Amino acid sequence: MASSSQSVVRIRPPEKWPTIDIGELWCYRELIWTLALRDIKVRYKQTALGIAWAILPPFMTMVVFNVLFGLLMGSGGRPTIQGVPYAISTFCALVPWQLFATTLDQSGKSLVLNRGLITKVYFPRIIAPIAPIVSALFDFLIALAFLFILIFGYHIFSNYSFDFSWRILSLPVLTILAIAAALSISLWAAALNAIYRDVQYALPFVIQMLMFVTPVIYPASVVLQNKPTWIVVLYGLNPMAGVVEGFRWVLFGSSTFNLVLLATSVVMTILVLCSGIIYFNRLESEFVDIV
Amino acid sequence: MAETAIQVENLSKKYDLGTAAGYKTIRESFYGIFQRDEVPKGEEFWALRDVSFEVKRGEVVGVIGRNGAGKSTLLKILSRITKPTVGSADVYGRVGSLLEVGTGFHPELTGRENIFLNGAILGMTRRDIQLKFDEIVDFSEVCKFLDTPVKRYSSGMYVRLAFAVAAHLEPDILIIDEVLAVGDATFQRKCIGKMDGIAEKGRTVLFVSHNMGIINQLCPVTMWLDNGKVKEIGATPQVISNYLMGVNRTISDRSMIFELNDNKLSQLIRIRLLNTARNESDVFDCSQRVTIELSYLVRRKVRGIYGYLQIMRTDQTVVMVSDSFDCGNNPMDNLSPGEHTIKISIPERTLAPGEYYVYLNFTNAESQGENIDSPGIVARFQLNDVSSKRGNQRGGYFSTLLNWELASD
Repeated sequence: MASSSQSVVRIRPPEKWPTIDIGELWCYRELIWTLALRDIKVRYKQTALGIAWAILPPFMTMVVFNVLFGLLMGSGGRPTIQGVPYAISTFCALVPWQLFATTLDQSGKSLVLNRGLITKVYFPRIIAPIAPIVSALFDFLIALAFLFILIFGYHIFSNYSFDFSWRILSLPVLTILAIAAALSISLWAAALNAIYRDVQYALPFVIQMLMFVTPVIYPASVVLQNKPTWIVVLYGLNPMAGVVEGFRWVLFGSSTFNLVLLATSVVMTILVLCSGIIYFNRLESEFVDIV
Repeated sequence: MAETAIQVENLSKKYDLGTAAGYKTIRESFYGIFQRDEVPKGEEFWALRDVSFEVKRGEVVGVIGRNGAGKSTLLKILSRITKPTVGSADVYGRVGSLLEVGTGFHPELTGRENIFLNGAILGMTRRDIQLKFDEIVDFSEVCKFLDTPVKRYSSGMYVRLAFAVAAHLEPDILIIDEVLAVGDATFQRKCIGKMDGIAEKGRTVLFVSHNMGIINQLCPVTMWLDNGKVKEIGATPQVISNYLMGVNRTISDRSMIFELNDNKLSQLIRIRLLNTARNESDVFDCSQRVTIELSYLVRRKVRGIYGYLQIMRTDQTVVMVSDSFDCGNNPMDNLSPGEHTIKISIPERTLAPGEYYVYLNFTNAESQGENIDSPGIVARFQLNDVSSKRGNQRGGYFSTLLNWELASD
């Protein structure tokens, strides 16, 4: 105890431009983990299907669009990339999309959901929107495993042949990019939701809209074919566009992979993330009084 | 021993009532147009104003004051939940703050899972919790239900488990808000015992309570906050004494009003001391009846509630005990929801002249003495003997006039 008594906490009025204290965040890593563990446990308590819920929503989405596009355009006309069954191409996009959507939904509401904690104990407030990432990653890994099972299944039972490639090593980078994209928007959403509850009602709607402008149920090549670069850039302003196309490229090596699209998405993510951190930090000291 | 633990200088906290009232939806802004008189826009409220004090390492300091005096704001600033507007506070050592019992408890999780969750939230490491796990479970007396979701716990079990975790927090500085107000009497005593132990280990403690009895028992030093300022800081008996006088001497109302707490099935909401002319007072004549008038709010009908009253001298000697069974059938039992008024009269010429505290407690006789509401010491009054020759020089415990009769055989 003699050693811990050396530490001094200096409490001062809020600074105008507070900086993020990475060292402190590291000290609180156990809390992030505990909150994430709580979310994971609570999510599957008293459910009959349990962990299957990590796979069911993206799987059903894929099935519905598979049937729908099949009926609309005939079995050969579904929007997919060359030589890859629609089911795999779409599920491959839904896996990172689900990670993004779940994180954004949970993190965006995190300050309000954890109101009880924020008003009663101290912790760096940014932990609230960060913790849901861990639990969403948990679901992501399960869905990812299922994706490989799906690919393997198609490989064996249909004439589709999957060829493994070194590109798969860039999967973690793309995953981090998806998380960064979700966190960047979440920081804005969480902070704004603390002031205006409108945000939490708008969020599900925004996520749904975003899904349609992201190449999830269709590959980007379908909409970007023979389009000028400025349209590609405009399309890439949605940070998830690059990530989702990246996933397709990693697994199937689509020849239409668009570097401009990915670059635009990365730049956009960095911009939104930095501004989000600044905005969140400025409001941090006030959350307890307004949330 | 003279090392500083907490150094507070000119600490002030301003709330902007216009915005601090919370978020605004468009609808609320719309209503705002019609309700100008409610909260004038941009009105400032200083919850704390120029508070300065120092706490030495190992001191156990009580913090008292009326509702809205700034006690909670002070604790929130010291535990870094909110930031001050002006001023500074330096806290030397690891701070553990306990502003609520069971912060972060999740109803769906089991007792075991909640121990780890709550511990982590309060700042314990997983190792800390593992080391103390058995002790915590022992203390909470819920070991049989450790793997049951806490949503199936009774409120008593819930509180016991929550307090058990908190009681095993071992920071250098412990900040506690009114958390002992719930739970049954036996468990409360156990908690107070534990807190006493914490104080003996040389830990610095800042303790807020409305229960003067507990403050007096645990804290040698007490700080009295009033309207966001430090009114007095010093030896506990003196400060409590002045505080209770001050509470009763406030110009507009002498009565003590209690904070409403929706978690309580029923509670005391106001106490008044009335003289024979039915006026509020805190100074009485020995030859007058003293009436203690309680306003008691019942939220839900509970069988078996009874009231317990102690009259104490300022040195804490209990001179009189009464409970609501004294009058044959207990009038507090099974009250219908709503506000009730109960009057307890101390007959004229009962107590000797001097100063007295009124201590109150409400308990449920049917659930092993579970406390319903423990307001503690709630009032103070003075008795003067003006109608007898001996007057205030009487001494002793009673002012009953005895009959000196010359036997004429």
